[in-house]
Amino acid sequence: MKIHEYQAKEILRQYGVPTPRGSVCFSVDEAIAVAQQLGGPIWVVKAQIHAGGRGQGGGVKVVNSVQDVGTRAGEILGMQLVTHQTNANGQLVRRLLIEEGVQIAKEYYVGMVIDRSKQGVVLMASSEGGMEIEAVAAHSPEKIHKVWINPSSGLTDAEADAVAQRIGIPNAALAQARACLQGLYRAFVEKDAMLAEINPLVLTADQNLLALDAKINFDSNALFRHPEIVALRDLDEEDPAEVEASQFDLSYISLNGNIGCLVNGAGLAMATMDIIKLYGGMPANFLDVGGGASKEKVTEAFKLMLRNPNLRAILVNIFGGIMKCDVIAEGVVAAAREVHLKVPLVVRLEGTNVDLGKKILAESGLPIISAGDMADAAAKVVTAAKGA
Amino acid sequence: MSILINKNTKVMTQGMTGKVGQFHTLHCKNYANGANCFVAGVTPGKAGQSYEGIPIFNSVMEASVQTGATVSVIYVPPPFAAAAIDEAVEAGLELVICITEGIPVHDMLRTRYKMQGKKTLLIGPNCPGLITPDEIKIGIMPGHIHRKGRIGVVSRSGTLTYEAVWQLSELGFGQSSCVGIGGDPINGMKHLSVMKLFNDDPDTDAVVMVGEIGGSDEEECARWIKSNMQKPVVGFIAGITAPLGKRMGHAGAIISGGQGGAEDKLAVMEECGIRITRNPAEMGKMMKHVLKG
Repeated sequence: MKIHEYQAKEILRQYGVPTPRGSVCFSVDEAIAVAQQLGGPIWVVKAQIHAGGRGQGGGVKVVNSVQDVGTRAGEILGMQLVTHQTNANGQLVRRLLIEEGVQIAKEYYVGMVIDRSKQGVVLMASSEGGMEIEAVAAHSPEKIHKVWINPSSGLTDAEADAVAQRIGIPNAALAQARACLQGLYRAFVEKDAMLAEINPLVLTADQNLLALDAKINFDSNALFRHPEIVALRDLDEEDPAEVEASQFDLSYISLNGNIGCLVNGAGLAMATMDIIKLYGGMPANFLDVGGGASKEKVTEAFKLMLRNPNLRAILVNIFGGIMKCDVIAEGVVAAAREVHLKVPLVVRLEGTNVDLGKKILAESGLPIISAGDMADAAAKVVTAAKGA
Repeated sequence: MSILINKNTKVMTQGMTGKVGQFHTLHCKNYANGANCFVAGVTPGKAGQSYEGIPIFNSVMEASVQTGATVSVIYVPPPFAAAAIDEAVEAGLELVICITEGIPVHDMLRTRYKMQGKKTLLIGPNCPGLITPDEIKIGIMPGHIHRKGRIGVVSRSGTLTYEAVWQLSELGFGQSSCVGIGGDPINGMKHLSVMKLFNDDPDTDAVVMVGEIGGSDEEECARWIKSNMQKPVVGFIAGITAPLGKRMGHAGAIISGGQGGAEDKLAVMEECGIRITRNPAEMGKMMKHVLKG
């Protein structure tokens, strides 16, 4: 789960990481009021959307009068902010962060992720702050310093100091760096984060460290023990179809193609998308109905797919293990009836009670195209999508 | 022969009194030699009770001492599943198979850290389990699609594994053992550790390796295969069409920081001598081609 920059900074402050003073605003008036409260001479107006690259897209402005705060806030609020992480239409800006400006002497990068192959939390730090860490990794990997953190001891003073020195933080600021790094680690672990970045961490002209930007992503599987994080969720930043799917316990991701797929199991669902492409089509979505798909779930899944105006055909690919094919077949028939399906429907069933399932489909009277295996299903659905 | 489990393996179920645990324990007990293999259940506070004739104990240690079970399968709900693994590791079991999906990653990090230096092997979490056809099934896979034979299967997926197995069985290739290692980012055995076991198993002739986007397990396994594997390997990676930065159902199936893409994995696998197919409908056919051609 993702949150906004201002929310991430709020969490970091709770863990002793200093940030510029500032506040979230939803209107120009609020922005001006906050700017007046902060006092000058410099302010920063920052668009709050979940995508990165906001500065390059024109969503971050440095200004030196309260009047300009108002002007820039008016321009940015309501704009469709396009960055390399949004789609071509961009993301509507509904919130701003108004902050005090700071005199920057030097920028650093510090971040934490879970290293899958080493099965631990890794701290990454670099003297190249303000750039994306992937870009640094690509052209000057030697400038990224890594520390794998022992979960029983946490990030030790010695480790924190050593990495701070390696990225060039001056001795005068080492104690502050230690507090920042250890605070970041504690936030990372205690809040069940998957990624936490301060980029840039800046050294100010008066030798203080501040988190100028912050990003934290959380483990969705751990949200049950973090109601305070769930409360930060901003549904406006998420794909409405994906939000709706999650309410029905369906795993759904919108894609650019025109062939809807309904599959049980994540691996098979990806493989189904892949084979559609291999046969010359393009998948409209990823959709895993999970292990216990009821008639209701299948119906909701159909409704979700049909909301996509580009949809030209649907492929249902079920490998019945625990889930019996006859149950799925009944679900598909009921769903197709309920939604008055207009696009061609190709169904491939295999596994437990497959013959019964196929019989139910055949006897339904619905124009369902039956397929023998995945290749047959892909070929048929691609043809059907082109004909529709 | 087979890897990890056979008809003589003694298994306990952790979380046997829940609906899911009961359902699958019964199916496993009814598969092949299951009635002799599934000897215990563990649910704290329910010692003395039984389910389908299988006695229930309060702790893994008690179940292990009383019944001689050396393997555990876990259906405990996500908030408590990592602690269930810890208990099995502490009790010194040989193998733990965790079916549970949705365990917090930080819980698994702590559990894996505690497992360092311990002898217990872990399969999963978020996996279908493993099966040695006609001998024993531990997990949630449909037993009837498997045939006894000489092909090993290792996969991060559930239903995609069934698809691979079904294709093999349809073409007359039975399986020695099939292992679902699970779709989580932090897990126990990887493709590599399972591949080593198949390489050493005299009754496995070839292996189907099914991977997916995310992480670098498949690449690490492929590099080992290049210089060590004495048997042919057929490979497929799911997620060529997956978008960047999106979690595709499985917690571990995500291309992040430009890493873990399907094309990159396939390229490394091919370079290391694995016979890859980009067509998930042709995993079985590729194996036939490799063995007969």
